[in-house]
Amino acid sequence: MNFLERTLASFLNAMDHALRAEALAKARGLLQTLDPRVKVVGILALIIAAATAHKLWVIAAVFLVALSLALSSRVSPLLLAKRVWIPVLLFTGIIALPAPFAIPGRVVWRLPGLGWPLTAQGLLSAQYLVARVETAATLSVLLILSTPWTHVLKALRVLRVPVVLVVILGMAYRYIFLLLESARDMLESRRSRMVGELKGSDRRRLAAASVGVLMSKTLQLSGDVYSAMLARGFRGEVAMLDDFHTAASDWIMLAVLAALAAGAIYFGR
Amino acid sequence: MHIPDGYLSPSTCAVLYAAAAPFWYTALQRVKKSLTTRLVPLLSVMAALSFVIMMFNLPLPGGTTGHAVGVGVSTIILGPWASILAISIALAIQSVFFGDGGVTTLGANCFNMAIVGSLVAYAVYRLAAGRAALTSSRRVVAAALAGYTAINASAFCAAVEFGIQPLFFKDPSGAPLYAPYPLTIAIPAMMIGHLTFAGLAELVLAGGVVAYFQRTNPGLLKLTAPANLEAEPDIAGGESPSMWRTVRPLWIALALLMVLTPLGILAAGTAWGEWSARDFSSLQAREKMAAASQNAAPPVQPPRGLERLSSLWTAPFPQYAPSFMRRPAVGYALSAMFGSGAIILVSLAAGSLAARGKSKN
Repeated sequence: MNFLERTLASFLNAMDHALRAEALAKARGLLQTLDPRVKVVGILALIIAAATAHKLWVIAAVFLVALSLALSSRVSPLLLAKRVWIPVLLFTGIIALPAPFAIPGRVVWRLPGLGWPLTAQGLLSAQYLVARVETAATLSVLLILSTPWTHVLKALRVLRVPVVLVVILGMAYRYIFLLLESARDMLESRRSRMVGELKGSDRRRLAAASVGVLMSKTLQLSGDVYSAMLARGFRGEVAMLDDFHTAASDWIMLAVLAALAAGAIYFGR
Repeated sequence: MHIPDGYLSPSTCAVLYAAAAPFWYTALQRVKKSLTTRLVPLLSVMAALSFVIMMFNLPLPGGTTGHAVGVGVSTIILGPWASILAISIALAIQSVFFGDGGVTTLGANCFNMAIVGSLVAYAVYRLAAGRAALTSSRRVVAAALAGYTAINASAFCAAVEFGIQPLFFKDPSGAPLYAPYPLTIAIPAMMIGHLTFAGLAELVLAGGVVAYFQRTNPGLLKLTAPANLEAEPDIAGGESPSMWRTVRPLWIALALLMVLTPLGILAAGTAWGEWSARDFSSLQAREKMAAASQNAAPPVQPPRGLERLSSLWTAPFPQYAPSFMRRPAVGYALSAMFGSGAIILVSLAAGSLAARGKSKN
């Protein structure tokens, strides 16, 4: 696969992720029915709990909470495995692999032939790293798979994120897809006119020129968007409709998630 | 380079969020001043562009491909402050929506890539490009160098953040709780990858895009070219009369660091290698030195060079605390303030000397 195909594949992957997340966010499950503010606060608390825990069983317990939240929200473990668990294991697992040999401590085994010492502390530290990363990644993916992006952004207001930043994040997200499509069209059309392989230097020139064209288009686009905003009465101030309503079930769930996070922080010390 | 959740301790994450905050604030104030109502659309699309650039697979010499952050190119086109914001927003979307990089580590990622990356890229580009014409090939080399240096500076910051984890955060058995490798492993492991592949991707992108704009639209390169700076001090971050107002958060951050300095005394023992000649004859100090050096016994006599040089210069505040201060925390803070004050005074003096030199020319 050449660089054009690889880049096209990563664009498609991003779009696919977004479409899937949108479809899942509309499903009827436990997390989907919750107020997005409760989800943002609750899931963030659980991520922090997993990050602070000093005991492996506490991290594992938080992971089980994440798994049960996924199951009750119609997020299949297969999807989680494909999107989170396997990629994380491949990346962090490889990083953690030398740890049992590189970290000094009590030797529990020696690699036959080479005689490298495998230490208990090293093994434990590799487990800490992989468990923590898997748990936190599962939780943050759950938030996105159960909540439309616009709702996540609005919910960020609870965490006192400035309105202007929330608006920029929302607009940026929309334009990502426009630019992704624009870039995909550009590369597709180039690929369709290519016969044979390009030289290395030509490939680099083509990639840099594609980014350059995209950049010029973006600057042009920002002018157009600005004019359109002005035409609709934009005067530099941004406002947001806050139309979330909390029901009793939201408060109960918030209490449950907060209690779980507090428990994990307490027992994980 | 996108650090996921779980690699850094919550306290490291909090410190890096706090370190990034004054830069975000300063960048927002600077960009807002020049863009006013244009801020929202420009930053939105630029953040979207940064995101898309990060997805490009760039062909590298040797037939492989790699991803770039695009920090060099966005700094050259947008100036360092707007680049800090655009890349930070792109990183936020990547972490929250696409799970690329953690939520708790977002401050660290923004600090490494958006802030350190943009500022280093800007400094290197300005230094290397000098007053060369917009279409000069020197600018292509400068851009490539800026991208390469910036991404390596970011990688170095990330490596240091990883490397200090096992020093501070271990469980009772001594197993590291977060990124497990010490600085001696983390720095080479990160830097080898970035000095070769990731650095090359950034080099190819920044140099290539600047060369492309030189052919098609050199006007886009004006913002970070010195001749244009006097006319447009805005996004590029040139001096302006209200500079004090915009850099105020940086001073506040400095003040906070000075106040928090006494936390350093909570760390037990002496930093490795910071021994005095006297420590070699004290039994207790020798035990500590051995414990900190993987049980390697220190030499019986203090090294002769250390003994000879230690009498040459005595610090005004030995052990960071003046002798008349009974409480070490207060003494430590006072020493920090004195030290920082001295650094600020020297910087101001150097700045005024440089300004005088410039006005003479």
